[in-house]
Amino acid sequence: MTAPLLKVEHLTMRFGGLVAINDVSFEAEAGRITAVIGPNGAGKTTVFNCLTGFYKPTVGRLTLTDAKSGHSYLLERLDDFRITKSAGVARTFQNIRLFAGMSVLENLLVAQHNKLMLASGYSLLGLVGWPSYRAAERDAVEKARFWLDRTGLLPRSDEPAGSLPYGDQRRLEIARAMCTDPALLCLDEPAAGLNPRESAELNTLLLMIRNDYGAGILLIEHDMSVVMGISDHIVVLDYGKKIAEGSPAEIKANPDVIRAYLGEDDTTEALAEGVVE
Amino acid sequence: MEYLVQQVINGVTLGSVYALIAIGYTMVYGIIGMINFAHGEVYMIGAFTSLIGIIVMGLLGVTWVPLALFMVLLASMAITALYGWSVERVAYRPLRGSFRLAPLISAIGVSIFLQNYVQISQGARPKPIPPVIRGGFELMTSSSGFTVTLSYLQLFIIVLTIVLMVGFTYLITQTSLGRAQRACEQDRTMASLIGIDVDRTISMTFVMGAALAAVAGMMVTLYYGVIDFYIGFLAGIKAFTAAVLGGIGSLPGAVLGGLLIGLIEALWSAYFSVEYKDVAAFTILVLVLLFRPSGLLGRPEIEKV
Repeated sequence: MTAPLLKVEHLTMRFGGLVAINDVSFEAEAGRITAVIGPNGAGKTTVFNCLTGFYKPTVGRLTLTDAKSGHSYLLERLDDFRITKSAGVARTFQNIRLFAGMSVLENLLVAQHNKLMLASGYSLLGLVGWPSYRAAERDAVEKARFWLDRTGLLPRSDEPAGSLPYGDQRRLEIARAMCTDPALLCLDEPAAGLNPRESAELNTLLLMIRNDYGAGILLIEHDMSVVMGISDHIVVLDYGKKIAEGSPAEIKANPDVIRAYLGEDDTTEALAEGVVE
Repeated sequence: MEYLVQQVINGVTLGSVYALIAIGYTMVYGIIGMINFAHGEVYMIGAFTSLIGIIVMGLLGVTWVPLALFMVLLASMAITALYGWSVERVAYRPLRGSFRLAPLISAIGVSIFLQNYVQISQGARPKPIPPVIRGGFELMTSSSGFTVTLSYLQLFIIVLTIVLMVGFTYLITQTSLGRAQRACEQDRTMASLIGIDVDRTISMTFVMGAALAAVAGMMVTLYYGVIDFYIGFLAGIKAFTAAVLGGIGSLPGAVLGGLLIGLIEALWSAYFSVEYKDVAAFTILVLVLLFRPSGLLGRPEIEKV
């Protein structure tokens, strides 16, 4: 049996007396979409922050195994930039963090920095226009254009990223994350603030990334149409604990989950009436 | 008229030197939001390594001036860059994430250290060298007999500055390293999340700033023909003034500011008094800070909420 792409074991994160995450374990597979859901304050974003090196977990182990090379990385021990560079974890933010002053295209090129730095001999060869650097730069632009095309941003590639409309910025953030060649893509509420049409487009994009690209996707989302529509596996957190895990159908029917979302009284009624979705 | 033209030539030459130093200030400020007060001393180290380089070239018997200068330039840039790198590594990086004032104090410490280090190792007396590049073009002569000259050395300084500016602009706007630097400038956390080694990028910024300061150091060594361990202080503060005048954090601003300060100094010396030329430059600093703190080309700082 091969190791899963991401294995989270006994993750606990305390801030002083506050336990944000309490002994959470789950796995995410390559080529599958794993959603992490839960009410506000359940600790979803904290899980992401541990994964991407913002926080060092109090207890726990986060193992990322690259299927191609068979290499395993302990994320909690890596320097933050190596989490992306070596282990291949990319992330987007709930409140978008683009390089607003750079053009759309540059945002995608800068994400391919490491490859280009190697090809350019740390920019020394790049300065004199060395052929191998030119070729690498062409490839980088090619790849950036590919993702711009997929996200429908190609016509805007020379505009400053900060001037794009909200929905475009969200897609650009995903495109930028994909340009780092991630093994695991962590998306923090990618559908927040999108209208129904945009969020349907987002579903298509994420399914494309999963199917054609084979990256594992870890998704935090409140929009249940997105979560239930595209997830292969769902992990439910509440007050920092994992309360359920399973396929979308299992989660929909799980009384603990319904209780966490609706509260005690409403749940009994809802279950009785069979209206819970 | 002829007198004015001559002063403008002198001012642009001086301004080129300031501009090269000012870039180091403005880049470091852009990327880590700190004024590197040791940068003037790095420039002084550049001047000393150039001086030593020129003497070594003489000893080695390299008499063809362009080759000798080119080799000195490269060596001086490399050695001074190493100093710049070490300063960042030893004095600033351990303090990253500390309170804002800590690296500033550390910078002043480094500055005092470097001054004394050069004073002790090289001696406190001013070091003269004979002119390496002589002659020039006589551009025009006035009826009263005043001749405007553009010396080969001035031409060399101005042309070299332009070449460096062009190369540097290309580096920042077109290469991967430049993009990484701009990314770190805008959002360091996000930059590290797309796999950029932020520490290394910051180091490279110091290296580049120091290399440009070394060029300025060599120019001054050749231009004035005399240097001492204390030149970094005044030149550093003037270049800082230039960076503030142009808008700190803005590269074109640093160049513009450098040229303006050079011109103001040259014209003030010519028409008012040489003794008060520094006062003129620093009055500019005060006025800019009072009335336009974001500088000529800088963007006003917007407080992030």
